[in-house]
Amino acid sequence: MADLSVNIGNLKLCNPVMTASGTFGYGKEYEDFVDLEKIGGIIVKGTTLHHREGNPYPRMAETPMGMLNAVGLQNKGVDYFVEHIYPQIKDIHTNMIVNVSGSAVEDYVKTAGIINELDHIPAIELNISCPNVKQGGMAFGVSACGCSEVVKAVRNVYKKTLIVKLSPNVTDITEIARAAEASGADSVSLINTLLGMAVDAEKRRPVLSTITGGMSGAAVKPIALRMVWQVAKAVNIPVIGLGGIMGWKDAVEFMLAGATAIQIGTANFIDPAITVKVSEGINDYLERHGYTSVKDIIGALEV
Amino acid sequence: MGKFVYLCRENEFTQFYFMKKYILDLVVTQNIKLHANYVLIKLTHANPLPEMLPGQFAEIRIDGSNTTFLRRPISINYVDKATNEVWFLVQLVGDGTRKLATVKQGDIVNLVMPLGNGFTMPQDATKVKPLLVGGGVGTAPMLMLGAELVKMGCEPAFLLGARSSKDLLQLEHFERLGKVYTTTEDGSMGEKGYVTQHSILHTDRFDMIYTCGPKPMMVSVAKYAKAHGIECEVSLENRMACGVGACLCCVENTDEGHLCVCKEGPVFNIKKLLWQI
Repeated sequence: MADLSVNIGNLKLCNPVMTASGTFGYGKEYEDFVDLEKIGGIIVKGTTLHHREGNPYPRMAETPMGMLNAVGLQNKGVDYFVEHIYPQIKDIHTNMIVNVSGSAVEDYVKTAGIINELDHIPAIELNISCPNVKQGGMAFGVSACGCSEVVKAVRNVYKKTLIVKLSPNVTDITEIARAAEASGADSVSLINTLLGMAVDAEKRRPVLSTITGGMSGAAVKPIALRMVWQVAKAVNIPVIGLGGIMGWKDAVEFMLAGATAIQIGTANFIDPAITVKVSEGINDYLERHGYTSVKDIIGALEV
Repeated sequence: MGKFVYLCRENEFTQFYFMKKYILDLVVTQNIKLHANYVLIKLTHANPLPEMLPGQFAEIRIDGSNTTFLRRPISINYVDKATNEVWFLVQLVGDGTRKLATVKQGDIVNLVMPLGNGFTMPQDATKVKPLLVGGGVGTAPMLMLGAELVKMGCEPAFLLGARSSKDLLQLEHFERLGKVYTTTEDGSMGEKGYVTQHSILHTDRFDMIYTCGPKPMMVSVAKYAKAHGIECEVSLENRMACGVGACLCCVENTDEGHLCVCKEGPVFNIKKLLWQI
């Protein structure tokens, strides 16, 4: 058995496999399928300061080797999370990480401040890249200036590991990643979904209620991989790679391109036990190639 | 709900959560072509199948289709405990269901199940008279529900509607369970028109209505039930991805806000929904 542990800031992961926000609920939804403790980190559903009902139905469209979603950060707000959800997940023996979203800097700051007080939440993932919310969200993630503003403000109140989730819907993602690093982020995760669209030709109508939505799934992998490669070269903080990872081989590719850890998102819908299979697959790969530690393959791409 | 109880409900909307869900590789025992657009797939396993309740569904993985990325949610049609088989009635809608319909005896099909909440069962089955209304492929969960009601000592009646006689499926199974009334849009069998136009709704009185089918049909049935003060449950089939309440894609508007059809449904009491009825 190779050493699969990796570090993200002060966070110690038993293996580099994490779950992507919005695809794994609060973890409990998948406990019948996988031993949650065998997952390096679980990033729970996007949490905002106030309750959000999200976008109207329909919110999902299947696309070739992928899907579009337009959920719009439906959640019951941070107070509900603290009171009702946190007690249920705090004793899950892995890194339970909260994805924090907002539409104004003060909202991000207040939400992060509240979560900072929760002993069993060792990190947050700051979502400055949700494409499905009209105000804010992605607005912060599409300019270096907006990114700096929100990351600095949250850094002031949040004392634990701060991961910033980046949007691929930008001209130069490395510029945003550098801004996040300079503003105090401990890590960046990428990519969030790509803005896409689906049309029903017969009905001459958009499929999604919001017309456009966020694309994920196997189809986005080459784009995600390219961006992880670029960002890993541009920053000195650990990069968490995600986007279209469907199996261990994809995960290894992301790590070779420079990711310290990876997240599995849409693939959970196709195989609810994929997370554990990916960490086992990474181990097999390491053994087959004579590596003793997964750290040896991070950025080991030969070019 | 008064005289109705939930089969294993602890408190409302948490009732079936403790039913363990499985990822199973099942073996195809039979794939019967019912007609051009429908197949009945029967599956088994070397071990006893998990307990499943009427109204629950499975997320079925589609292998070997280039265009099908997600699993397909298909409601449980019937469970044959004697042969350890679960049945799925599949309507050929798109590439995914067309691919699924090609499985052969001995093939392995991967399923996640059982998912969602089943129908509410009557507390004293001998005292209630339920009507089970199904339209098109929406008749699928009504077979298992009907069989379960009969087991409880109930005498369910079935009102089944379709475009034409060839689209009325599994009639021989329904007829074994209770009185069957039919409607077809072309008048080729039963009364001509929609289920809600059937004369039985004017001549007979029911205590509970269960329905599954196209949304406009369910809305009409719900209107009838509401107007006559009859308890009514509908089974929804909103477009879904995860099937376990994680992605929040398949939501329906309810008196509690957006709820997932896959987790808090697919069966809802019409009082919970914000339909204009």
